[in-house]
Amino acid sequence: MERSFVAKNPSVLVFLAILSLFTLGVTVLSEGFGIGVISTSFVKTLGKTLCLCLIAVAMDLVWGFTGILSLGHFAFFGLGGYMIGMWLMYERTRLIVVESLSQAEIPPTPAEVVDAIGTQIFGVVGSSEFPLIWAFSHSLTLQLILVVVVPGLLALIFGWLAFRSRVTGVYLSILTQAMTLALALYLFQNDSGLRGNNGLSGLQNLPGVTVSQDVVSLWFLWASALALGLGYMLAAWIVSGKFGSVLRGIRDNEARVRFLGYSVEVYKLAVFTLTACIAAIAGALYYPQAGIINPEEMAPIASIYLAVWVAIGGRGRLYGAVIGAAFVSLLSTWFTGGQAPDIPLGFYTIKWVDWWQVLLGVSFVLVTLFAPQGIGGLFDLYTNQRHPDRHGANLGPDEGALREKEASL
Amino acid sequence: MLRLFLAGLAILFACLNANAQEGGLQPILQDHQEIIVKSSRKTIKPAIDALAASGLPQAQVMLETWAAKDMWMRKSDGLFFAGTKAEGRLYELTDFDTGEVVGTFEKSDLKQLKPNSGVRAMIGTALVQFQLTDPDRKKRLAALKSIQRDPEGALLEPLRASIEDEPDVDLKVQKQRLERLLTIGYDEDVVARVAAIEEMSNDLGVDVRAALNPLLVTARKTAADLPSDVNVAIVLEPGSDALSRDDAYHLLVASDLAASLVLPDDIRLALAANIDGGRVGGIPVAQLNNNTARAQAYSTLAEAGIVPAFVTEADIDTALGAHVFFETYAEPSIEVTAAAEKALKKIELKVGLNQTLDLTLDAVSLASIYFLAAIGLAITFGVMGVINMAHGEFIMMGAYTGYVVQQYVPDHTVSIIVAIPMAFAVTFAMGVAMERLVIRWLYARPLETLLATFGISIALQQLAKNIFGTQARPLTAPGWLDGAWVMNDVVSISYIRIAIFVLALIFLGLFLYIMKRTRLGLEMRAVTQNPRMAGSMGINPGRVNMLTFGLGSGIAGIAGVAIGLFAKVTSDLGNDYIVQSFMTVVVGGVGNIWGALAGAGMIGFLQKGIEWMNPSNTLAAQTYMIIFIIIFIQFRPRGIIALKGRAAGD
Repeated sequence: MERSFVAKNPSVLVFLAILSLFTLGVTVLSEGFGIGVISTSFVKTLGKTLCLCLIAVAMDLVWGFTGILSLGHFAFFGLGGYMIGMWLMYERTRLIVVESLSQAEIPPTPAEVVDAIGTQIFGVVGSSEFPLIWAFSHSLTLQLILVVVVPGLLALIFGWLAFRSRVTGVYLSILTQAMTLALALYLFQNDSGLRGNNGLSGLQNLPGVTVSQDVVSLWFLWASALALGLGYMLAAWIVSGKFGSVLRGIRDNEARVRFLGYSVEVYKLAVFTLTACIAAIAGALYYPQAGIINPEEMAPIASIYLAVWVAIGGRGRLYGAVIGAAFVSLLSTWFTGGQAPDIPLGFYTIKWVDWWQVLLGVSFVLVTLFAPQGIGGLFDLYTNQRHPDRHGANLGPDEGALREKEASL
Repeated sequence: MLRLFLAGLAILFACLNANAQEGGLQPILQDHQEIIVKSSRKTIKPAIDALAASGLPQAQVMLETWAAKDMWMRKSDGLFFAGTKAEGRLYELTDFDTGEVVGTFEKSDLKQLKPNSGVRAMIGTALVQFQLTDPDRKKRLAALKSIQRDPEGALLEPLRASIEDEPDVDLKVQKQRLERLLTIGYDEDVVARVAAIEEMSNDLGVDVRAALNPLLVTARKTAADLPSDVNVAIVLEPGSDALSRDDAYHLLVASDLAASLVLPDDIRLALAANIDGGRVGGIPVAQLNNNTARAQAYSTLAEAGIVPAFVTEADIDTALGAHVFFETYAEPSIEVTAAAEKALKKIELKVGLNQTLDLTLDAVSLASIYFLAAIGLAITFGVMGVINMAHGEFIMMGAYTGYVVQQYVPDHTVSIIVAIPMAFAVTFAMGVAMERLVIRWLYARPLETLLATFGISIALQQLAKNIFGTQARPLTAPGWLDGAWVMNDVVSISYIRIAIFVLALIFLGLFLYIMKRTRLGLEMRAVTQNPRMAGSMGINPGRVNMLTFGLGSGIAGIAGVAIGLFAKVTSDLGNDYIVQSFMTVVVGGVGNIWGALAGAGMIGFLQKGIEWMNPSNTLAAQTYMIIFIIIFIQFRPRGIIALKGRAAGD
C-alpha cells in the first residue's frame, strides 16, 4: 500500500507551516499592511532571502542529491532576472515615453514610440536600436515564458555537451565556472544588447502600479514565499520517488548506476535543466526586489557562494539548503551592513566589515573539514542518527570500501 | 655731451641708411614694416617669406632674434634692431646686417616686437632652411624633426641642398630619407615623384605610408557628364555595393542637383506647423498617429503648394539616370596615383606579414604568462589531482611579497633577485601549512577540497585587502627591463615579456629536471601512481605529498612576482588567472607538463587571434575563447596530450 507523499515526508509539512507562519508574521509586522515594526527595506531583504533559499534548494537538488557541483547556477539566476527585467524596463519606459509624447502636437506613430523607448533605454551605451534579443520585451507573457525557456535552453545545451562527453567531478565544476565567466564577460560588453555593465535598473517600479513600495514589497514577499513553497514541494517530491533514488545512486557511484541500465546522462541533464529553471524563477523574483541587475551579479564568485550556503546548511537535505542560504545571507547582510559591533582588542579593533569575509572563509573550511553535514546535521543529533565516519584509509580495494575509522565504530 | 652723442648717432644713421640702400635685411623689413609691427598670423606670411627668400646669411640670426622677442623697432625712424637690455631702462641695439652696435636707447623710444605663438611657429618653419646647415648637430636634428612634423613643399630645395655637405652620417641618411618622402609629396616633376615612390615601396616605416596615403585620398562626386580634367579613381554605378541608391541620391541632394527627400521627421514638423482648427489637410490631428494618414495629409498640403512635394521613386530614378557618380583623387597626376597604389599594396603585404609576426610574438608572450600561472597548478592539480582554488591567491601572495621586498630594498634589480626566493619561501610555507591542515584530510573527496580551498581563497583575499588596502600596489621592474625590443615600425616586444618568456622556459626545464632526475620527482611519481605501493617501498606518502604541494605553491609565488611586474598588484589579482590556469591545465591534459605547455600555447594563440579579428573588444575575445574551450573539451575530453595506460589512473 502506497503511503501518501506528505505522510512519507512529514518534514515538508513542517517546512510549509513555518514558511506560512513566517510570511504571515512579516505581513502583520510590515509597514504596508500591519503595524509597521519591520521597515520596507527589511521586508525586501527578507523577500530576497526567500528567493536565495529557492535557488539554494535548486543547488541542493543538483549538488547534494545528484553530486554535480555546478558553479553556474547563479548565471541562470541572473538570466532569469534579466528576462523579467527587460519587460519591466521596456514597459515602464514605454509609459513614460507615451506620457511625454502625448504633449506633442502630432500624435506619435507606434514606430516613433518604439524609437523613443530605444533611445531612452540604450542611450547610456551609445545606441538607440533595439537588439534582436529584445524582440519580445513588449509582452509580459512572452518574457515570463522566456524566464524559464532561456536559462533552461542554455542549461540543456551546456549540460548535453558536458554530460555527453562524460565530464564529471571537479572538471565539470571548472567547466560550469568557465561558462558563468564567459556569460558574465559577454554581458559586460556594451554591444551585448543588455546595456553592458550598466545593467538594467529601476526594476522595483512595477509599470502601471501606483501603490507605494511598502505594499509592492509585500506582494513580492508573498510571491517569493509561494515560489519557495512550491519549489520545495517539487524538490521534495522529486527526491522522494524512484527518480530521486536514481539521483542519489548517481551521486554515490555513477558507474554502477550506468551498469544497472539507467541512462545516467538523461537523469543528470533532466535535473540540471530543471534546477536551472528553478534558479531562473528565483532570479526573476529576486531582481525586481533588488531593483537593479548587472553582470557583476553573475560573476563566478556568486555561484561559489551558493555552494558555500548549501554546504554550511547541510547538503543532501532540502531544509538544510534553506537554512544555510537564509542563515549565511542574513548574517552576511548583518556583518557587512556595519550593524555588527566592533571588537576592540586593545592593539587592534576588529571591524566586521573587513573581517567578515575572513570569518566566512575560515568557518567554511572548518565546516567542510569537521561538519560535512552542516547545520542540518544538528537535526540528526536531535533525532539521534549517526553517520558513518568516512575518514581514514580505505580498507578495501576501491573508494566504496569501508574506511578505518568507519569500521572501528 | 648729450648733443655730441646725438650728433654721432646721426652720422651713424646716415651710414646705416647708405648700407641699407645696397641691400641687406633692413630694406626688406622696412618694406613689410606695417605687418611686422601688427604681428598677426593671418597677415605676416609675406614678410617671413620675403626674409626667408632673401637667402641672406644674417636672416637666420634675425629670425631667431625675432622669435625670441628680442627684436625692437626704433620709433623715430621705424628701423628694426636686435636689442639687449643694458642697465636701467636702457637697451643696446645691434644692427642685423652689419652686426655693429648702434647705440643705447631709452625704452620709451623703442617698441618691442612680441610675435604670438602662431607667428613664432611660422618663423620656426622659415628658420628650418637655415638650421638644416647649422653647425650645431642638435639644431640640424631639430630642423629635420620639424620638417617631419609638418612637411612643406618649400622645404624640399633647402633640404636637398643641405644633404651634400652633411658631415654626420646618421643625419645624412635621415636627410636622404626625408628628401625622398618630400619628393613623393611635393616635387614638381612627376617622373621624379614616381621614381621616389618606387624607391620607397620596400619601406615599412609609418612615415612612408603617411606620405603615400594622402595621395590616394578620394572624394565622391557627381555630375551630368564625366569631366575629363580630373584624375578619376573609379566610376560608381548607383545601386551597386559600393554606392547604394540612397547614398547616390543623397550625393545629388548635397550637390544641389536634386530636390531633397521628404523624411518622416520633415513630415511631422510640416504637419505640426500647418495645424488648422484641429485638422491638417482635412484630417483630424488625432488620426495622424500612423504613416498612411500622415502621408495623405502631407500630400494634401503639397498639392496646395504649402510644403515641398514628395520625391517619388520615379523622380529618384530619373535623377540617378541623368548623372554619373565617380570618385576622384585629390592628386591630379594619374602616374603618381597609380605608382602610389602599387607601392601601398606592396607595403601592405609586407606590413601584413610583419603584423603576423608581431601577433605571434604577442601570443607567445601571453602563452608564457598563462604557462607561468598554470605551472604550479600542473603540479598540484595535474600531478597530485588536488584542486586548489586558492592557487590564484598564492600568485597574489607572491606578488605582494615582491612589493614588500621593494619597500625595504630600494635597488630594483637586487630587490627582484631577493624577491624571487622570498616569494617561493612564503608560498611554499603557506602551501605546506595548507596541505597539512586542510587538504590532507580531504584526499578522497575532491569536490570538498575544491570548496575548502575556496574558503581559504576568500579568507586570503580579504586578509590581503585588510593588510594592503584595496588600491593597486606597484611592483617596479628594474631599469634594464624597461623599453622594448623594436625590430621595425610594426614588430616590437617589451623586454619584460621577453623576460617572462625566458622565466617560463627556465621553469619548464626546472620542472622536468625535478620530476625526471631527482629523488623527490621519482617519489612524487610513485606516490601519484599508487600511494600504498609507494608506501610499501619505504616512501612516506604524507611527506611527499606535502613537499609536492609546497613546490607547486612556491612556483605559483614566483609566477606572482613575474606577473606583478606588468600587472597591478591587487588583492583580487588571482581571480584574473585562476579560471584561465585551470583551463590551461584541463585543455592541455592533466598530469603532463607538456600538456600544460600545449594548453597555454593554444589558449594564448587563440586569444590573440580572436582579439586580432575583433580588436576593439577583449571581453568578447575571452568569451569566445571560453566557449571554444568548452566545445574543444567535447572532442578531446582528456586534453591535447592525454595520458595513456596506467598513468591515466583509471
